[in-house]
Amino acid sequence: MPDPILQVKNLTVEFKTEDGVVHAVTDVSWDLAPGEILGIVGESGSGKSVSVMSILGLIPSPPGRIASGEALFKGEDLLTLPKRRLREIRGGPMAMIFQDPMTSLNPVLTIGDQIGEAITVHNPGTSDGDVKKRTVELLELVGVPFAERRVRQYPHEFSGGMRQRAMIAMAIANNPSILIADEPTTALDVTIQAQIVEVLKAAQRETHAATVLITHDLGLVAELADRVVVMYAGRVVELSDVFAMFDKPGHPYTVGLMNSLAKLDTDQGRLEPIPGQPPSLVSPPPGCAFHPRCQLSHGRAICRTEVPPLRPFAAGGSSHVSAGHVSACHFADELTAGHLQAEAAGPVS
Amino acid sequence: MNSQTATAEAQAASALDGDLLRVEGLVKYFPIKAGVFKHTVGQVRAVDGVDLTVRPGETLGIVGESGCGKTTLGRTIIKLLEPTAGKIYFDGRDITGFGRRQMRPVRRDIQIVFQDPYASLNPRMTVREIVAEPLRIHGLYHRQEGRRRVEELLRTVGLSPEHANRFPHEFSGGQRQRIGVARALALNPKMMVLDEPVSALDVSIQAQVVNLLDKLQDEFGLTYLFIAHDLSVVRHVSDRVAVMYLGKVIEVGSRKQIYEAPMHPYTQALLSAVPIESPFQRGRRSRIVLEGDVPSPANPPSGCRFRTRCWKAQEICAEEEPALVPRAGGDHPVACHFAEVMKPLELESTPVGQIGVEPPTTAL
Repeated sequence: MPDPILQVKNLTVEFKTEDGVVHAVTDVSWDLAPGEILGIVGESGSGKSVSVMSILGLIPSPPGRIASGEALFKGEDLLTLPKRRLREIRGGPMAMIFQDPMTSLNPVLTIGDQIGEAITVHNPGTSDGDVKKRTVELLELVGVPFAERRVRQYPHEFSGGMRQRAMIAMAIANNPSILIADEPTTALDVTIQAQIVEVLKAAQRETHAATVLITHDLGLVAELADRVVVMYAGRVVELSDVFAMFDKPGHPYTVGLMNSLAKLDTDQGRLEPIPGQPPSLVSPPPGCAFHPRCQLSHGRAICRTEVPPLRPFAAGGSSHVSAGHVSACHFADELTAGHLQAEAAGPVS
Repeated sequence: MNSQTATAEAQAASALDGDLLRVEGLVKYFPIKAGVFKHTVGQVRAVDGVDLTVRPGETLGIVGESGCGKTTLGRTIIKLLEPTAGKIYFDGRDITGFGRRQMRPVRRDIQIVFQDPYASLNPRMTVREIVAEPLRIHGLYHRQEGRRRVEELLRTVGLSPEHANRFPHEFSGGQRQRIGVARALALNPKMMVLDEPVSALDVSIQAQVVNLLDKLQDEFGLTYLFIAHDLSVVRHVSDRVAVMYLGKVIEVGSRKQIYEAPMHPYTQALLSAVPIESPFQRGRRSRIVLEGDVPSPANPPSGCRFRTRCWKAQEICAEEEPALVPRAGGDHPVACHFAEVMKPLELESTPVGQIGVEPPTTAL
């Protein structure tokens, strides 16, 4: 892998609440290579958004607190930068696309003004004519029809899909080297999702920006990502090349997630849900946080006592160990491709 | 009068022909009001002439994107909303004109589960009170027996009787949805309208609730009207599927017909738009990227409502609304002048391109 453009090391984020300290993100590390798309998947409360928002200085503090960690971007630790410097980076070399374009666009400014502002804030002294020209170009790039006319419209005059396009246009306005997309298609209908996926691909082709794609949708990851980080209860439980992960998932949670999904292209018998409920982040289970729901643990003591480190494994007992594919499971070696050896290894409650 | 009613009911019964529910030409408009005097300046045509039948014991899935009218359809069928026009026959009776009092016995047989388990349970009531409420309303709650019934219902949906004294906020989304299902089951209904019952839940929990609904259907012989936008979940639960677009059913058929040989361009586009299931499928499924957005239901296009986004549209599509009838040698109804089988889910051995219109990507 080439030198990473962003390195997150041992990031831990907590929130103080009335019920106690919420351990939203614990000891999270990953690298982002130039030009790649890194998918971060997990369910609500897994810490996928918080981990990335805290890097950008976007979590409210208090109650949030970055307890430890580093986020190195071009030699600078984003977590210790002064606010002003961080503002220069956000929207400049690091740009964001959020889930809900209605709440992240200013309702009283025209779309053109907002994109224009994104350009001038980071390139003061750009002439009005150039800003206008660039704004129209950007909207055309993301597929907004009649861009010349629509720059003068307000967000409420745009549909959800068009607003998301405008957000993407704004994000790529300054040729970012990192693009962060937080659930970019979740709020949209499926036919509009498909449009936005194409726009994201186009935007990435255009800017060659390394992209962090935060999503709960494994399909979107399958479609777009080069590598995947799977999060559960605030920790990274698996990190892999996307093909390797779908071929030989390395964590019982990942396997459970894949098995619980209804399939579009085949008829299935019963779905295989993950039993139980996601854990409380105030008092997560000791050891591996997934152990109470795990079908591979079989009550083995180590799962309850020791937090498993991320490490390479030999899937299905094969001798092939892929260095880039790591899992935080004590017994990842016992997983066979796509299946839990639950039946073979003993009874499961 | 009596004999008239009797004839009408006999007619309805024969019209039902073994169907538990039949909807004919159902219309639901919402007025758009404006100005100081709240004049009606237009109509949102949420449901605009829908025909459907549901047979006993089957699951009819209703899919479509937001604003297609699927939720309004469900609520109008159980008369939470008054239909603007059309007929609703349930279990041999025409319930279209039924008032509140007449609907009461019907409501024992047809219940609804809502999408949002956070909004659909009263936060001030205990789980016991929530589940017992339908029994009380219908005068069926008798002390000891009632308690036992509530506990039995909780067990049926996979909760424990100890949960009965807690409040909704103490439960996770999946558990709350189970409470909603227990409440719907309380009166032993024949049919349940399930309005996006799992879409607010995390994926690992969705499967639990889907399996619960499967189990209950087997156990109690329930009939489901399953309304959802998630095409994969609808495939999993449905025997038959109706696809809606802008207030109309545009295609209806068996699960196999809709998913494996869809004939309406919209159904085909919808299926092809779902993200692939594995990176190994990249570029091996043709994707139809539709142009533009769904038009406003207040001012739908003339003729075929899908024509403004359809790559097959011709003059006739603007002039003549296509009827929902079997076409082009197919044996399931489809409302398209140019209906033709296409298999958007089939994988190609070599990468394929796109059909339809890609957003313009002029280089910078």
